[in-house]
Amino acid sequence: MRAAPTMAPDDLGRRVLAHLRPGRDGWLTTSLTIVLVAVALGVSALLLTLTGASPSASLSAIWTGSLANTTGWTTTLLNAAPLLLVAVGAAICASAGTFNIGQEGQVLIGGLFGAWVGLRLALPGPMLVVVVMAAAAVGGGLWAALSALMYRFRGVNVVVSTLLMTFLAIQLVTFAVSTPWLQESAQGSSGIADAQSNPLPADALLGGLGQYPSMQLNAGLFLALVAAVGVALVLSRSRWGFRVRMVGLNPLTAKHTGVRVAALGGFTLALSGAFAGLAGGLLLASPVSPNRLQAGLSDNVGWDGLLVALVARNRPLIAIPVSFGFAVLRAGGDFLSATGVPYYLVDIVKALLVLAFVAPPLLVGLLRGRRGATPPTPFPLPAVPTKMKAAV
Amino acid sequence: MSVLDNTTTILASGVRLTVPLAFAACGEYLAQRAGAMNISVEAMMLGAAFTSIATASATGSATTGLAVGVVTGLVIGFVHGNLSHRAQINTFVVGLVLNALVLGLTSYLITTQQFASHQVGVLSIPLLKDIPLIGQALFSGRWPAYLLILLVPLTWWLVDRSRWGLELRAVGENPQAADVTGIKVGVRRRQALLWCGALAGLGGAYLAVGEVGSFNQNMTAGRGYIVIAAVIFGAWRLGRTLLGCLVFGLSDAMRLALPALGVTLNAQLLVAAPYLLALLAMLLFATQHREPAALGRPFQRGST
Repeated sequence: MRAAPTMAPDDLGRRVLAHLRPGRDGWLTTSLTIVLVAVALGVSALLLTLTGASPSASLSAIWTGSLANTTGWTTTLLNAAPLLLVAVGAAICASAGTFNIGQEGQVLIGGLFGAWVGLRLALPGPMLVVVVMAAAAVGGGLWAALSALMYRFRGVNVVVSTLLMTFLAIQLVTFAVSTPWLQESAQGSSGIADAQSNPLPADALLGGLGQYPSMQLNAGLFLALVAAVGVALVLSRSRWGFRVRMVGLNPLTAKHTGVRVAALGGFTLALSGAFAGLAGGLLLASPVSPNRLQAGLSDNVGWDGLLVALVARNRPLIAIPVSFGFAVLRAGGDFLSATGVPYYLVDIVKALLVLAFVAPPLLVGLLRGRRGATPPTPFPLPAVPTKMKAAV
Repeated sequence: MSVLDNTTTILASGVRLTVPLAFAACGEYLAQRAGAMNISVEAMMLGAAFTSIATASATGSATTGLAVGVVTGLVIGFVHGNLSHRAQINTFVVGLVLNALVLGLTSYLITTQQFASHQVGVLSIPLLKDIPLIGQALFSGRWPAYLLILLVPLTWWLVDRSRWGLELRAVGENPQAADVTGIKVGVRRRQALLWCGALAGLGGAYLAVGEVGSFNQNMTAGRGYIVIAAVIFGAWRLGRTLLGCLVFGLSDAMRLALPALGVTLNAQLLVAAPYLLALLAMLLFATQHREPAALGRPFQRGST
């Protein structure tokens, strides 16, 4: 048996540099991205000017709401955690070549499971919050697993089924909070109960972790960071992660090397749903929301988390800064709407920025001429049943 | 009110809710037959609804608004086509981003601007509109609704009878083979998206300047996704797709009408019905290969 090759420190340095040094088209891609981001911000500023608002005042409002003081930082970090969890989940199944776009629904179902457990189970102290989180992850995972099963046994397109399941999830949660199943108990003498659940007991909530001067860091943030780093390591370093990436890059090769492609693909889809569900549990139990189950609990976190994964090109570690950037926009947007500029401005900026980040590598491929060179795909294609693919 | 009157009202309202879906479904059907799965149909409808009202408010003419709505749909179709069938960005990503962009843009603009209300005229057909039960529903609509009589057969002829449609279906079933025979896959898919954009734009504009007369935030409220559900429910056949639109339109009308009639029915179930039915249809049809084989898969020359 050969000894494991030792890596000299300068060798490691060279490898890191090779990662950082842009390739043939790298400079072009980077400069194109910078140009497109500038265009996106310019268009947003133009829109503000045309509608009679001040771009500089809006920018400073976003700054004030997100990064200017410790309150802003707290809000931003609270927003970042669920986005990061959703994005990490999206990265897992994208690595296996499955594209899940139903995170919004999986977040909601996670919230539903979490709320049900949190309100029905009487467990002592910190056990409850752990169980709530676990239930949320199981809920989101099961919801995504339904799509995986439909694909496995009936060949139903995963993208379409996860999309449709999202709308089912919204109605299911609306139903749950407007029937005795989970609806809040009537308030006061009027006896009116809104379409929302009772607030979760204090034991089911995620508290701050550690003491920081005048800043609150929620336990959810650490959970999300651990998940991102853990998934990045597992995908890039473990045998299981290697199999997952092989299925994503070439399912036929993976099949011939003995990987159970269908089972692994389905499992990663369920896993990505579980991460989205966990994000739903986080929304439910952290101070970012009113700690009740409502149909609006997810508040586009699923869609935004998916966009984070797209901008980060499905790399969990890159998703950390990207989700932070999106959280700045979310937190800043709330503050912005208080100054009279509609929150929707932030949605426009987000969509334009995603285009600015996703388009360049493919545009460079287009500029270079498609002949011969295959432009990199930002993430794998929707999965094709291996059976059918072999027949083609 | 008698049962007959109630039924007449629900039928009429159901048909009114079906018309925008049917316009967009004709377009989405054609696009999906070309293998172009575009979820941006929601963006096309919403964008067109907004620009049609904005134009009608500026020019005072609802018909001009309708035309500008069609152009808006075309522009979104053009953008989507070039991003995903020229620059090869994944079509679902483009669709998601366009939906988010148009939703944000229209929501932003409607909260900062005021628009006057405008509506196109009603065209009642004498005698026929007095037929009990279906007369009100079918022969007393806003005039653009009658364009369906023209556009549905045209879509059918384009897809099933024209040479262009044959090439389109080849592109949707086996782009590699189509490419080898000299059909330009990207061009056909972009053309299909333009057709889809024009019709979805007409549907969205009809919703705004036809039925409602004004625009409100997120006015289409997921109708684009219902259109996709209808195409799936129809197993990629035009007739069944339109039948799906009618079923979904009627279920929407019932959801709106039943509480007033004192019938308690689960509203959430009726809202969820299109998606549920589409999923069930996919489960049933999946093994029969009704779906265009290359649906939603990008084409790259030289790759399999």
